[in-house]
Amino acid sequence: MSDQSQTILEADGRKDSVELESVTIRFAGDSGDGMQLTGTQFTDAAAHLGNDLATLPDFPAEIRAPAGTTAGVSAFQLHFASRDIKTPGDDIDVLVAMNAAALKTNIADLKQGGILLVDEDGFHEKDLEKAGYTSNPLDDDRLKAFRVVKLDISANTVRAVEPSGVKGKNAARCKNFYTLGMMYWLYDRSPSPTQEWIKQKFGKKPEIAQANEFALLAGYNYCDTVELFSTTYKVGKAPQVPGTYRRISGNEAAAMGFVAASVQSGTPLFLGSYPITPASDILQELAALKHFGVRTFQAEDEIAAICAAIGAAFAGNLALTTTSGPGLCLKSEAINLAVMAEIPLVIVDVQRGGPSTGLPTKTEQSDLLQALFGRNGDSPIPVIAAKTPSDCFWAALEAAKVAVEYMTPVIMLSDGYIANGAEPFRIPEISDLPKFEVRHPTDPATFKPYQRNLNGARPWAIPGTPGLEHRIGGLEKSSPSGNISYDPDNHQKMTLERYEKIESVSSVVGKTFVEGSPEGDLLVVSWGGTYGSVSSAVDRVLADGKLKVGHVHLRWINPLPIDLQSVIGRYRKVLVPELNVGQLRLFLSGKFGIPMQGLGKVAGKPFKISELVTAIQKTVGA
Amino acid sequence: MIETNPTLPILTKKDFVSDQQVKWCPGCGDYSILAALQTVLPRQGIARENFAIISGIGCSSRFPYYMDTYGFHTIHGRALAVATGVKAANPGLQVWVITGDGDGLSIGGNHLLHALRRNVDLKVILFNNEIYGLTKGQFSPTSALGIKTKTSPMGSIDQPLSPLSVALSAGVGFAARTVDNDMKHLTSVLEAAAKFKGTAFVEVLQNCVIFNDGVYDPFYAPDTRKINALYLEDGKPLTWANDTKGLFAEGFSIDARDVTDSDRSRVVVHDAKEESGTLAWTLSRFAFPDRPVPLGVFRSVERPTYDELMDGQIRAAQAAKGTGDLAKLLNSGFTWKV
Repeated sequence: MSDQSQTILEADGRKDSVELESVTIRFAGDSGDGMQLTGTQFTDAAAHLGNDLATLPDFPAEIRAPAGTTAGVSAFQLHFASRDIKTPGDDIDVLVAMNAAALKTNIADLKQGGILLVDEDGFHEKDLEKAGYTSNPLDDDRLKAFRVVKLDISANTVRAVEPSGVKGKNAARCKNFYTLGMMYWLYDRSPSPTQEWIKQKFGKKPEIAQANEFALLAGYNYCDTVELFSTTYKVGKAPQVPGTYRRISGNEAAAMGFVAASVQSGTPLFLGSYPITPASDILQELAALKHFGVRTFQAEDEIAAICAAIGAAFAGNLALTTTSGPGLCLKSEAINLAVMAEIPLVIVDVQRGGPSTGLPTKTEQSDLLQALFGRNGDSPIPVIAAKTPSDCFWAALEAAKVAVEYMTPVIMLSDGYIANGAEPFRIPEISDLPKFEVRHPTDPATFKPYQRNLNGARPWAIPGTPGLEHRIGGLEKSSPSGNISYDPDNHQKMTLERYEKIESVSSVVGKTFVEGSPEGDLLVVSWGGTYGSVSSAVDRVLADGKLKVGHVHLRWINPLPIDLQSVIGRYRKVLVPELNVGQLRLFLSGKFGIPMQGLGKVAGKPFKISELVTAIQKTVGA
Repeated sequence: MIETNPTLPILTKKDFVSDQQVKWCPGCGDYSILAALQTVLPRQGIARENFAIISGIGCSSRFPYYMDTYGFHTIHGRALAVATGVKAANPGLQVWVITGDGDGLSIGGNHLLHALRRNVDLKVILFNNEIYGLTKGQFSPTSALGIKTKTSPMGSIDQPLSPLSVALSAGVGFAARTVDNDMKHLTSVLEAAAKFKGTAFVEVLQNCVIFNDGVYDPFYAPDTRKINALYLEDGKPLTWANDTKGLFAEGFSIDARDVTDSDRSRVVVHDAKEESGTLAWTLSRFAFPDRPVPLGVFRSVERPTYDELMDGQIRAAQAAKGTGDLAKLLNSGFTWKV
């Protein structure tokens, strides 16, 4: 065994290979089992082979909940295909369950006939008890609908890594690599990129590197030798636009988007933030990019975070604050200060399940009305929602551009699903990025603090400019002097001017883009991170050829595309699916007075394509 | 770094007076603080455009409108947070924060602690009138126990806190106290704050003529100050009441008592540079009528500022990695070609 574990056997034992179009695998285990890492490695291997892919990590709020319990199960789902895909997949083809709790919490999503790989070592009496099983599901016919492959992965791993000198707990810890090796064999992928990665990652701990590598190869070779699976599967290359790609999560993309905005505008980036799940990654990413002149300020609280960003914007920086729902609540007073002072600022809300602390690690789209209206007074703000992980890059750039060109706070909505989910990102050329000009006035003769330009924006005069000393604040201003004014007519005028300024952002928003039928039975209107599922569902319905269904996905929700109402009018019915109980629907029906059907899901998970297909068919038929 | 410019045209108080009518109540202590700052700023050798004055909410926070500098009247309690962003984004500005006992110690207490511990190079003036003025007379976190106000008709049951104890506990480098009705003392303290590199915290005992008039008279009326005020001067013995009373160190405690000729040499000598801050903190606990009220600079110990450390990390990162290259960043990590 020890010899075998260091080389890959010739594939003479290889069984037939079956070609598949797409596969969804979910790795599930205890929080400490390394499932996220296993999933990420498989993702890179899939990317390497030219598959299209989408991933969805699903981890508990607790960092290390008691081992073996259902509360501590961490999972990583990966959908890879030889065609264009937009979601991490509905039901799963393969479930890897490292213990009884992982089986219990994930088995419901495994397709009939799907492959279930379990580590028997996670099914001892204690494990079963912790998972809430009264008897071992591996021992009876409860799992007969699936192709169950059970082996003692832990014991095999410990034996395999023995030559590295790593023993006991540390040896057993390599079992995720053993499992990964098995999956590589099953889906006909070479383990060598992961071997390289291991060498780099654990370079300073050679025996750990060796142990992980032995485990990886042992898992691979075990499948090759033992007749565990009757076939291997091939998933070929997906047609993709030529270019250089990288895997990107929504939070990584957002961080890069803001750096790009800083570079493109020639304005230093300032991030004021307070750690909060699932937004903290953006702060972490940007904290590591100081060589771009990025200033990250980890504040004492959410309020200080946004206030410092407002101060930085006043001083001339491209200012940003990042948070999630509960943090957005705390920031609302300060957002209004930016509305009143007409200061450029981007607020990123990576939405999670609410209300209150809610479901910190689960996704939801239930902050929309808060983003649009959750402040005192009439305080319109542009709101953009990213639609995919890689779109977070473009949404960040656009949000920043609108903020500085219109001198306004802009809310960018993301959500836990696209923030943590990943997909291939075609890396843009710098010349493809939007340029935006930032102008700071310098002429005291013509400067007036609230003199509006064609966009309705006031000038961004920054401290340090001689002769432009002026005061701003949260009290109502008179136009154009910027002095305090309690005059009723002035307040009326200024309120309307602020409103019109935001409406004029519609020139950036552009016209409504319809996918599918340009008119007909049903228009599906979606927003934010549900794009992939909704678009796939509409494609599936259209492929049937029976229904005329169109799909409009809104990126900017305030302002809306100016022709949206007329587009909606071209369909008999409207369906608004969203991960809340009907917030966009309320907004649109309020704006347009058109009755709309809602589909609200608040289960902490994204839509399945299948449930959307059913809803579309039902809505048309009803 | 704030640049001082020796070739700058001589600025005067007039250069710092804005065109806005000052709207505080006649007789309010705020007027003298405004005049003092308008006197101090022109002397700093800093161009007028390099001053920013940031305030929160309250009577005192209208201050920026009356200064012809860059100014930002922000929201309740948050001036320090906004000012932190201003200073971090542009370390070339001298940033002053105007706050009050309600704004800075109640709703904004958290930000005060953290700005002070970080040592952001801000000059903070806390106007302490021991009352909420703008909302018309409710007790504040510095109001005396038992004070009867509209919201404490039977007397306040809130224990007041000492702004300087809070500031010193948070690790502030510069802590001082002055009063609104002693222009000379007020300007000298503000001048010292302006010169200090790092967070400078100045408590100004400020009289509210409408809702808490005369609150400081027992120790700072023209006659009582000679008896009950303790002036802190570096290198000088801590005595008051015409040198008849003094402070003596007795073990871990400080005793305040009559000075006799035989023990005059044992009176504690003030040292604002005393590293540990123990003396400053002890003095900050002094409260009338049990103890005299110390006035002047309690502590003045410099250390690296937050804004210069932040700048330093950016420079170090650029030296190590080169100035950020966007194309390189986008293409970093695991990439593949299609």
